[in-house]
Amino acid sequence: MNSDIFLWLVQDGVVNGAIYALLALALLLVFTVTRVIFVPQGELISFAALSLALLEAGRVPGTIYILVFGGLAAAAIEVVVAWRERAAARLPRIALLYVALPLAVALLVAWAAPRRFDQWIQVLLVLAMVVPLGPIVYRIAYQPLASASVLVLFIVSMAVHYVLGGLSLVFFGGEGLRSSAFSDAKFRLGVVEVTAQSLWVVAASLVLIVALWLLFERSIYGKALRATAMNRVGARLVGIPTVLTGQLSFLLAALIGAVSGVLVSPITTVYYDTGFLIGLKGFVGAILGGMASYPLAALGALVLGLLESFASFWASAYKETIVFTLIVPVLVWLSLRSRHIEEEEEKE
Amino acid sequence: MSAGRIAMALFIGFLAVAPFALSEFYVTLMNYIGLATLVTLGLVLLTGVAGLMSFGQQVFVGFGAYATGVLTVQYGASPWLGLGAGLAFTAVAALGLGLITVRLSGHYLPISTIAWGIAFYFAFGNLELLGRYDGLQGIPAISLFGWNVESGRDAYALIWVATLAALLAAQNLLDSRSGRAIRTLRFRATMAESFGIDTAQMKLIVFLYAALLAALSGWLYAHFLHFVSPGAFNVNIGIEYLFMAVVGGASQVWGAVIGASLLTLLKEWLKDILPRLFAQSGNYEAIVFGLLMLPLLHRARDGLMPLFARLGRGGRNAPAPRPRAGPALPRRAVPAAGEPLLVLAGVQKNFGGLAAVRALSFEMRGGEILGLIGPNGAGKSTAFNLVTGVLPADAGEVHYRGARIDALPARRIARLGIARTFQHVNLIGGMSVLENVAIGAHLRGAKGTLAAMLRLDRDEERRLLHEAASQVERVGLSAHLGDPSASLALGQQRLVEIARALAADPVLLLLDEPAAGLRLQEKRALAALLRGLRAEGTSILLVEHDMDFVMGLVDRLVVMDFGEKIAEGLPREIQANPLVIEAYLGGIE
Repeated sequence: MNSDIFLWLVQDGVVNGAIYALLALALLLVFTVTRVIFVPQGELISFAALSLALLEAGRVPGTIYILVFGGLAAAAIEVVVAWRERAAARLPRIALLYVALPLAVALLVAWAAPRRFDQWIQVLLVLAMVVPLGPIVYRIAYQPLASASVLVLFIVSMAVHYVLGGLSLVFFGGEGLRSSAFSDAKFRLGVVEVTAQSLWVVAASLVLIVALWLLFERSIYGKALRATAMNRVGARLVGIPTVLTGQLSFLLAALIGAVSGVLVSPITTVYYDTGFLIGLKGFVGAILGGMASYPLAALGALVLGLLESFASFWASAYKETIVFTLIVPVLVWLSLRSRHIEEEEEKE
Repeated sequence: MSAGRIAMALFIGFLAVAPFALSEFYVTLMNYIGLATLVTLGLVLLTGVAGLMSFGQQVFVGFGAYATGVLTVQYGASPWLGLGAGLAFTAVAALGLGLITVRLSGHYLPISTIAWGIAFYFAFGNLELLGRYDGLQGIPAISLFGWNVESGRDAYALIWVATLAALLAAQNLLDSRSGRAIRTLRFRATMAESFGIDTAQMKLIVFLYAALLAALSGWLYAHFLHFVSPGAFNVNIGIEYLFMAVVGGASQVWGAVIGASLLTLLKEWLKDILPRLFAQSGNYEAIVFGLLMLPLLHRARDGLMPLFARLGRGGRNAPAPRPRAGPALPRRAVPAAGEPLLVLAGVQKNFGGLAAVRALSFEMRGGEILGLIGPNGAGKSTAFNLVTGVLPADAGEVHYRGARIDALPARRIARLGIARTFQHVNLIGGMSVLENVAIGAHLRGAKGTLAAMLRLDRDEERRLLHEAASQVERVGLSAHLGDPSASLALGQQRLVEIARALAADPVLLLLDEPAAGLRLQEKRALAALLRGLRAEGTSILLVEHDMDFVMGLVDRLVVMDFGEKIAEGLPREIQANPLVIEAYLGGIE
């Protein structure tokens, strides 16, 4: 291997690692606030990447059907709950959030798709389609089980992953798609040739990470999320509604998933199930951070990206095998470090 | 004959008749159900009973299938060698993975199993030895004493004999000393450790058993289909096995059959009908599976098996027969009265900035009842947890019969003859009073998992249960022997806690507020019981708020306030101590 290849692999690894870091942070956020292992994050990545590619081709992505029908399902649940609690005053809000908004987005996309607007408009359309799916999924699948154990919530995640993965195949088919780069520019940075595309990815990841940090440190919503993550019961006692923190964290996770999908779309061919693998790499990154520390998770994700990049050079057929067995040494380390048996006893 | 036995007899009858009555297609389907049941059964024990979760059982199925595939196809070896190799390989892999995950919190195992599912799927698909994505073809049939397991009906016999054997072994296991230990893992691991159960080891055993069942399923699969390819071991298959366990009812052995049958049939049916409905190919059954799981998890988290069981017995537990008397279990020798038993020297415990226990020192002698009292939050329960090893002390030493015990884990301390009750009742609600108490006698038995599966433990089991029943009788709850402990009143549940501690044959008994929630009559009975124990030489450390109860019972008192010992002495000295009065009633201005 010469130094050119080495540096190119490093660059590739950093780009992928930045995306994994972003995902690791989102997954960690959802886990600490809601105790949900948000596996379906992967499907949101696929949705975003494939939707962008389809919009570019002037076609209407099937994501709008998932959005509209998901919204209707969530609305139906809300109406039933409102009916039981005799709270008719909630109906206009339900109709607006879960019916009118998804429908408006769907119509807008259907109108805009054949017109092939600029790429940045298409990106905004993708975000508008995918981000609301976070709170919708939370409402349908997780909110009724907010107090269930981590393991039950994990099964729920797998069920949601199954549904969204199946829908992904139905609406996007089995073929892979790739969207065009945000920019074709290349420039030399010392001895390495850097594509503007990879700078885009790294910059966008950094901006989002900083934005998340600001949100957590400065805003009242971020503080509510942090409070819930530290002590759920205490947070409820001081009047932070768990439904709000749950929806908020899923909204953020969906935003990060959608952005990751958009970033990934031009650098790799995305199939209906690619997002699942990408999302899981985010989890591996989070595990490298011990499922607790944000900076460690980001660092772990970066290491993962680099490892993947070099693995694909040396043994491309075993790339995934190598990447996913990386968690074994980490688990050994975590296990040796934990002196006391960690446990969270479930409630009967 | 109970409804459960009738249902089982009907089921076995159906299995016996099925190959003669059903068409080839349905026999094949039954074979798939049997294979899935084996894997699901492992998950039922793992997830429903022990509270561990795996989405990676298909990898072990793959080990079982590929091991025999490679050995028989590439090397012309016997399928039986293939079985041995598959089980051995799986055992090593499962032990390795188990060792590094059982000590971590619950969510690490499922995430790791998904990751390893992906890793091995790609490994299966890329290894030359395993035929890459094409897989291995021409795997020979199993032959057994000249019987060639060639046709679908032959395979049926082998598959279902193996499946039934595994189901019965699992049922036997759950109804045994090891089984009770396994049933504590999901909800009550701290309590289990306090009675000497090595929870990490138990988890490892369950994980290993589940993995071996999966490998067995893989071996049968390979020789029944004569073909293996990576497609059968992808991540989705692992998820479906877990769905089967959830649908059937993850805490019941026979739920595995129900879950595996329902989902296998449903999948077959959906694959048949859905593409016609949508006029386009796709993974529609996955969408339906996922959508079916959600309401199930929302509304019936225990799966469908409890519904079946309720239909069977009309929702009422039959009273458990009192276990027959056998030779009594051996008892520990108690120290002579007055011999130093427990010594705390400068014991300290901080929670963050709060010193819950501060430089606590006191001494306890053999055959005495020592009361540990103090206002709420004085650190009494923390002191209990420090003595019993549930919490590690930050500083200071604890000596028991001359040996230092503060660095020992709870289960080692239990071996020394220290048993305790918990302030917050720590029973397994779904288990009968008898079984809960028998957990206390765990260390007085020795039979392991294998003996339990093969029913070689019945003699010892009878003695353990008899001991448990006599302790239940001793606390006056004989009438509730077979009732689920959750159905008892809180005061009675505290008595069950005491019976469980007594079943451990303790030298030193630690009781954390045993009289709370008891009525006057029950309190008197309890006091009489404790005096009786003292007369037998058992020493008792008692935390209690009811002063009438304490003053009439204890030999000496230690009073704590804000984590410190403020007084020590005879009950009448303590009652007159101004510091104690101030701690309880507040200072006099």
